[in-house]
Amino acid sequence: MACHLLLTDFTLPLKSPKLSHSRQQRKGRSNGSRKVSTTVAYYGLKTPPYNLDGLEPYMSKRALEVHWGVRHRGFVEDLNRQLRKSDILYGYTMDELVKTTFNNGNPLPEFNNVAEAWNHDFFWESMQPGGGDMPKLGLLGQIEKDFGSFTNFREKFVETALSLFGSGWVWLVLKRQDKRLAVVKTSNSINPIVWEGIPILNLDMWEHAYYLDYKNDKAKYVSMFMNHLVSWNAATDLLETCKLTATRICRAPYLGGFEPDICFIERYR
Amino acid sequence: MAVRSLATRKTLTLGLNSTRLTQSRALQTFSLPDLPYDYGALEPAISGEIMQLHHQKHHQTYITNYNKALEQLHEAIQKGDSSTVVKLQSAIKFNGGGHINHSIFWNNLSPIREGGGEPPKGSLGWAIDTNFGSLETLIQKISAEGAAVQGSGWVWLGLDKELKKLVVETTANQDPLVTKGAHVVPLLGIDVWEHAYYLQYKNARPDYLKNIWKVINWNYASGVYEKESA
Repeated sequence: MACHLLLTDFTLPLKSPKLSHSRQQRKGRSNGSRKVSTTVAYYGLKTPPYNLDGLEPYMSKRALEVHWGVRHRGFVEDLNRQLRKSDILYGYTMDELVKTTFNNGNPLPEFNNVAEAWNHDFFWESMQPGGGDMPKLGLLGQIEKDFGSFTNFREKFVETALSLFGSGWVWLVLKRQDKRLAVVKTSNSINPIVWEGIPILNLDMWEHAYYLDYKNDKAKYVSMFMNHLVSWNAATDLLETCKLTATRICRAPYLGGFEPDICFIERYR
Repeated sequence: MAVRSLATRKTLTLGLNSTRLTQSRALQTFSLPDLPYDYGALEPAISGEIMQLHHQKHHQTYITNYNKALEQLHEAIQKGDSSTVVKLQSAIKFNGGGHINHSIFWNNLSPIREGGGEPPKGSLGWAIDTNFGSLETLIQKISAEGAAVQGSGWVWLGLDKELKKLVVETTANQDPLVTKGAHVVPLLGIDVWEHAYYLQYKNARPDYLKNIWKVINWNYASGVYEKESA
């Protein structure tokens, strides 16, 4: 299985002197030599695969500045702060950390931060400038097989988004056991990977995701997402990779070092 | 359709309409209560834009959907359709809860020139000191718990009539305080859904919670407390 390093801009916590030190520490550990000082791992804030004004007029630059620049960044920073104090949670991929801290429905304090960091990374990549329209070829075929038609799928997706009570997310997932696509909604920061669902797309239905641009008009927000923002390219990549490798999807690169057996997704820009 | 009174202050009640008379029982539906102050009267703590959207859009939507769910429930009950009756419970809890909670909330707020922010006196003031040590301590506790609510919800000061003490509770989504105990009566509720503050405070919910105390109507809370602890 070919593995590629995902080339992305990272906003590294450069003010921390521990980062490069920790790389040394990791190498030391894998050689079996003992070190006394603490080793820590950090996650970076990935930038969306477009400029912050790239989704205008359907999602404003202002909205992204707050949503990505403040809120998403806040989750990553708070997570790193928590991880600094944890020896047990060292060395996890983001997927692993989400599942572990979910703790079978009794979430640990780190869960909210890591899940929201994951969910938001995925959200920016579920959209693209000039998105919308329809999927093609394989993905369209799969949607038609599992929903009857693209129209049925779209209705289901919209209806699910609008019927969410409170805060949460809507997802197009591939259900591993059933080998079919499904639309699911989750509350607050829950992510389908905790139930072994494979996310293909998501849509943030927390009020902060649409309030600055659409106020309370949820229906318009969801409609604009479907018509102009949703990235069927990204979804197609993911679905094809799922089918080929049938392994877990890894999203965020692991900053503590390069692990050769972790698979990264190459994203078309 | 809500009509704002500029000159007079109206008592806020849950608007009730009697609609169709079906067999021997009429279905009571609900309408949007008026605010006892202008939309802009709570500035700068809460912007007029937020108050208008919150009242005319969000609260109205809860009422519209609550009425719809009640009509469907009424029909299902008459047909003996148990499965529909049960299926409607979550829509009733959510939308009915939304109506209940927001109706209380409008009463919990008051312009500064009409007493908003003035500390509670009388028996509630005394009960706060007894239960929490001081008003400042209570305010800090409510603000902290409100900030910690994950997702959408409310933070409450309630009177537990059984235990005869004041309690601070949070509820998720639009769950009314009664879901925390049949004997718990809401005195003060603060909406921590994002629609309650996002346009003005963006992500900074703690700032919203810090500023809202300037327009909290302790008179109303005191009135409820005195009535319920009699």
